[in-house]
Amino acid sequence: MFEINAAGVYYRDLNRQIRDAIAAGQKEIRVRNVNGQYYIGDGLRGNATIIIEGVPGNDMAAFMDGTTLIVKANAQDNISNTMNSGKVVIHGNAGDVLGYGMRGGKLHILGDVGYRVGIHMKGMKRQAPTIVVGGTAGDFFGEYMAGGVLILLGLNRKPGIPIVGDYLGTGMHGGAIYIRGDVDKNICGAEVGIMDPDAEDEKVLKESLTEFCKDLDLKLEDIMKEKFRKLVPVSLRPYGNLYAY
Amino acid sequence: MDHNYQKDISGCGLTGLISKKKRRLSGAEIVKSLCLMNDRGNGLGAGYAAYGIYPDFKDFYAFHIMFDEPSVRWTVEEYLKANYHIEKIEEIPTFPVKAISISPLLVRYFVKPLKERLVGEVQEADFVVNSVMKVNSEIEGAYIFSSGKNMGAFKGVGNPCDIAEFFRIEDYEGYIWTAHTRFPTNTPGWWGGAHPFTLLDWSIVHNGEISSYGINKRYLEMYGYKLTLLTDTEVAAYMLDLLIRRHGLSIPTACLALAAPFWKKIDDRDKDEREALTALRQTYGSALLNGPFSILFGHSKGLVGINDRIKLRPLVAAIKDDITYMASEESAIRAICPNPDTVWAPRAGEPVIVDLD
Repeated sequence: MFEINAAGVYYRDLNRQIRDAIAAGQKEIRVRNVNGQYYIGDGLRGNATIIIEGVPGNDMAAFMDGTTLIVKANAQDNISNTMNSGKVVIHGNAGDVLGYGMRGGKLHILGDVGYRVGIHMKGMKRQAPTIVVGGTAGDFFGEYMAGGVLILLGLNRKPGIPIVGDYLGTGMHGGAIYIRGDVDKNICGAEVGIMDPDAEDEKVLKESLTEFCKDLDLKLEDIMKEKFRKLVPVSLRPYGNLYAY
Repeated sequence: MDHNYQKDISGCGLTGLISKKKRRLSGAEIVKSLCLMNDRGNGLGAGYAAYGIYPDFKDFYAFHIMFDEPSVRWTVEEYLKANYHIEKIEEIPTFPVKAISISPLLVRYFVKPLKERLVGEVQEADFVVNSVMKVNSEIEGAYIFSSGKNMGAFKGVGNPCDIAEFFRIEDYEGYIWTAHTRFPTNTPGWWGGAHPFTLLDWSIVHNGEISSYGINKRYLEMYGYKLTLLTDTEVAAYMLDLLIRRHGLSIPTACLALAAPFWKKIDDRDKDEREALTALRQTYGSALLNGPFSILFGHSKGLVGINDRIKLRPLVAAIKDDITYMASEESAIRAICPNPDTVWAPRAGEPVIVDLD
């Protein structure tokens, strides 16, 4: 495995080293002593795997197309902005605005996430993104969601901590949100419908969560012990008549 | 500067720490933390505030004053001599830094109001606030940018590392530190406009945009505050002085006024709480800070971090032993504390309040 020591290295130099390694044909790269370097993995193509030790900076995996990033720590804000394909696995918590406009690939987070996760995700048929969050999420989860799949598990929750914040799925007009446990209609956006998953949904959940469990060393049967609820937009064009009168 | 100038918008990075046991820590720590977020600013403002740095003069107000022209100094000193006992005057130690070619004259004064000047019911702190407002609004080219006891702000136009080197921040030892790097977007980056903003023992660093600045400013002006520093953050510093020191609100209550819950959430509370929150919002409607923000405010007894109500700016907190850290990015904390006991992202509008033991 190719190693890069990121201690004290400026983000621009670090990202150049990573790109050079990939250009030289490295398929597995371990980046040690990362702390706060921005833009790791941005715009990378190809199927290399990059293991990140330490807390990477904001805007990781933006526009990424095919690469796998494995973060062995917490991560910060704005991960997987407009990501096209590939995978990001985070063995800790992550911050706000994850998966903004994400259009493909997978984002797996073991712990809690912040506000506005999955904002404006989109997808069509096979080209669709999936975000799985092992812990809890803040307000505006799935805001303006247009496609893809968001799964929230709420594992290892402390008593009194809600699985998800307010304004859940506000402005949602496509895709599906699966939440492990019950959902209070009062926290949802007006256009959100809550229902039980059907057989097709169970298939989606099982497939996504099998991979999630494999990535993060969890047991699928533990997760599946509790029932899920499914959130979808009840109108495909909730604002279709906005300018009609 | 024209103090009727209306508004500034800035996006920034901030960091702070507090030792509950009042262990005095070198400024080198906070400098390292802030410099990791160098790119959150654009070199047009950085600053530091520290508590516990002047133990030998802890009973005196430490006035840090910047003078655009050296000649203004004598006008201000005339005023100070007429109203204060001056224990000590010295230029704030600065060191030449290549990137900082122009700087105002920077002088500090350790002072106490003269007893005979405190007429009637006037409190010492009010007298000091009035002096700060008077100098900043009436004496052209002079700004008192720090006026607390046993604390001080150090700020200017430059990158975090350059400003730290300029003021030799590492030579100071304090038990509370806050720091800020600025990205001004709507008004000039000038020395007075850098953060922290302070008044008495209050110091504020802020990332975001206070879009209620106009309302807040007019409200504060009714109580005699004069907004002279051309940056929205200034209102937060004076608002804390008004709400906490003058109106006697507790810190948690003041936070509920600054970042009041939405009516929708107030309506969900029990009757007593609902009534209290309604009264607070009605009374302090003009104190509400609207717009995106994360703020750290230091004071003589502790440190508080707070976000706007829908978390439009980042804030991360961590604890290690007796030290609590708060910063815009987790990596800025880990730069000086690689293995904290706990790390968390405070929820929107819910303050992290840390008091000294």
